[in-house]
Amino acid sequence: MNWLLVLPVIIPLGGALFLYMLRKRTAIVTAVSWTTAGFGLTVGVMLMSLVIKQGPQAVSLGSWPAPYGIVFAADLFSAAMVLITWIIGLGIVIYSAADLKLKPSFANYQVLIQFLLVGVNGAFLTADLFNLYVWFEVMLIASFSLMMLDAGSIRIHGGVKYVFLNLISTLTLLLAIGLLYGATGMLNFAELHHKTANLSPGLIHILAGLFLFSFSVKSALFPLYAWLPASYHTLPSSVAALFAALLTKVGIYAVIRMFTLVFPFEGTGWQTVLIAVSGLTMLTGVLGAASQFTIKRILSFHIISQVGYIIIGIALYTRLAIAGSILYLIHHIIVKANLFLIGGFLNRKFGSDQLSKMGGVYRSFPFLAVLFMIPAFSLAGFPPLSGFWSKFAVIRASIETGHYWLAATALIVSVLTIYSMLKIWNEAFWKPDPADPVLTQVRPLSSREACLYLIPIATFALMTIIIGLAAEPFFRFADQAAMQLLEPADYIQAVLGEK
Amino acid sequence: MSSLLSLITGVLIAAGVYLMLERHILRILFGFVLISNGVNLAILTCGRLSKKGLPIVPPGAVMPDTPYANPLSQALILTAIVIGFGVLIFCLVLAYKACQVRESADVNLMDLSEREER
Repeated sequence: MNWLLVLPVIIPLGGALFLYMLRKRTAIVTAVSWTTAGFGLTVGVMLMSLVIKQGPQAVSLGSWPAPYGIVFAADLFSAAMVLITWIIGLGIVIYSAADLKLKPSFANYQVLIQFLLVGVNGAFLTADLFNLYVWFEVMLIASFSLMMLDAGSIRIHGGVKYVFLNLISTLTLLLAIGLLYGATGMLNFAELHHKTANLSPGLIHILAGLFLFSFSVKSALFPLYAWLPASYHTLPSSVAALFAALLTKVGIYAVIRMFTLVFPFEGTGWQTVLIAVSGLTMLTGVLGAASQFTIKRILSFHIISQVGYIIIGIALYTRLAIAGSILYLIHHIIVKANLFLIGGFLNRKFGSDQLSKMGGVYRSFPFLAVLFMIPAFSLAGFPPLSGFWSKFAVIRASIETGHYWLAATALIVSVLTIYSMLKIWNEAFWKPDPADPVLTQVRPLSSREACLYLIPIATFALMTIIIGLAAEPFFRFADQAAMQLLEPADYIQAVLGEK
Repeated sequence: MSSLLSLITGVLIAAGVYLMLERHILRILFGFVLISNGVNLAILTCGRLSKKGLPIVPPGAVMPDTPYANPLSQALILTAIVIGFGVLIFCLVLAYKACQVRESADVNLMDLSEREER
């Protein structure tokens, strides 16, 4: 039994239980949550190097042989997602030691962040459909609780939308899993890959539609994204960054896994719909962002528009497009988390999230201005940052397959993205500080706090630059991962054993 | 039998959707309960129904000798019921809290997080 596949789930689970027992002692809580995330990152790196060296790995839990028992499996795509989850997890845990320090339930935040990581890693590693549903639930319940800790009335109202819309998606997923099990008698991804080939096209169309609906709510696709802008901006910055980086991406991961392995997407009859949806998601997201005036709201809408870009890859279903999606996913998780962290830092500095109350950061804190420019320009897709290469891949794929209007939409959305990034730049960094010294009573920032805020921000910015400058190895990796998804023979062999 | 259960599933989900379209937050929750029961019933029906056959394989055979209901789908439902129950409790408390904010159970009034701020 290969422990590396299970440890990304066990480590945060143990960490969470440990943290809960120690929740009264704040100093230890911080140390334990950092250590847990550090171990997680180590395991993520080891898993990644194992998968790169020896191809897809699988482990049957409780020695029940596949396809009957629950199997955990990792190919390049899964391993990359686990690694990036732990990079973000460690960054957020460090950042939250400053950001959430004064919240009454600081320790509970740390416990639930670890539980959220349990669910996210479980969803990335499982090769069993019902098990995927269970990890989704673990993740959702942890996120529900994170949303409601110390909640004021605004956050409760945001939470109602978040919880109820996600419940509808969960029920649809459960129904779809039940029906698919009824049709095939299997829940294992690899075995389903063989079994679904024999189903009638009509049945595949309906089942794929149910799965697509459910995952679309989770990954915030047009027109099912209403829960996201209603709730994310009410969260504390570090939690918002965690949600923004990981939650919708788990939905996208599930879409990509489901529609390459279980139902190869071309045969489902939903391709035209998803291509249109990806264009509309990009466009409506960015237009929503353009109409907002607080940093977190602008960034929340940008999640939606970026998800549209990622979905282009699976909708077009070529090797280049899926490689582009994977690269985009990795780039987007880092950049989006970083922007939320910077937004949180500004929020802390000015005691408000509204752009009109900010100003003068370029003068007072030029280092932060540089750190903001890197993810902001990367988000919009300026060369040579990471966003450029991932956008280049998906746009090139849409031109190659003859979807010119999709490429045009993607380019226009980039321009609109830079418009709202410039809005933040002009208001928070460029214009003079409007602060009224009598009215603003923000606690001054200690240098230890500033360090905790800036270390993750600077690290993520550095990673953005590295992916941008050394794009070739990263793109080659994404290409390999895409090939494993499109020709899943190795994955299937790893899961089902010798065949 | 399975067609009757399919019909009941349909009725439960239809009634649940109808309730979810209401504005009262408790009705939405009741809709959630009905749909989740409907979904569980659908999974039960998918796993075949049988009156007496047990899924126990006699010694030396590869399959049970009587037609049997799939025990795995029943195990799936058990998991789903437990999860659904936990989520329902959470939602009830959330609904209660949300009603307190503006002293109304109308979800159209639960819009504090979507107001414009400048």
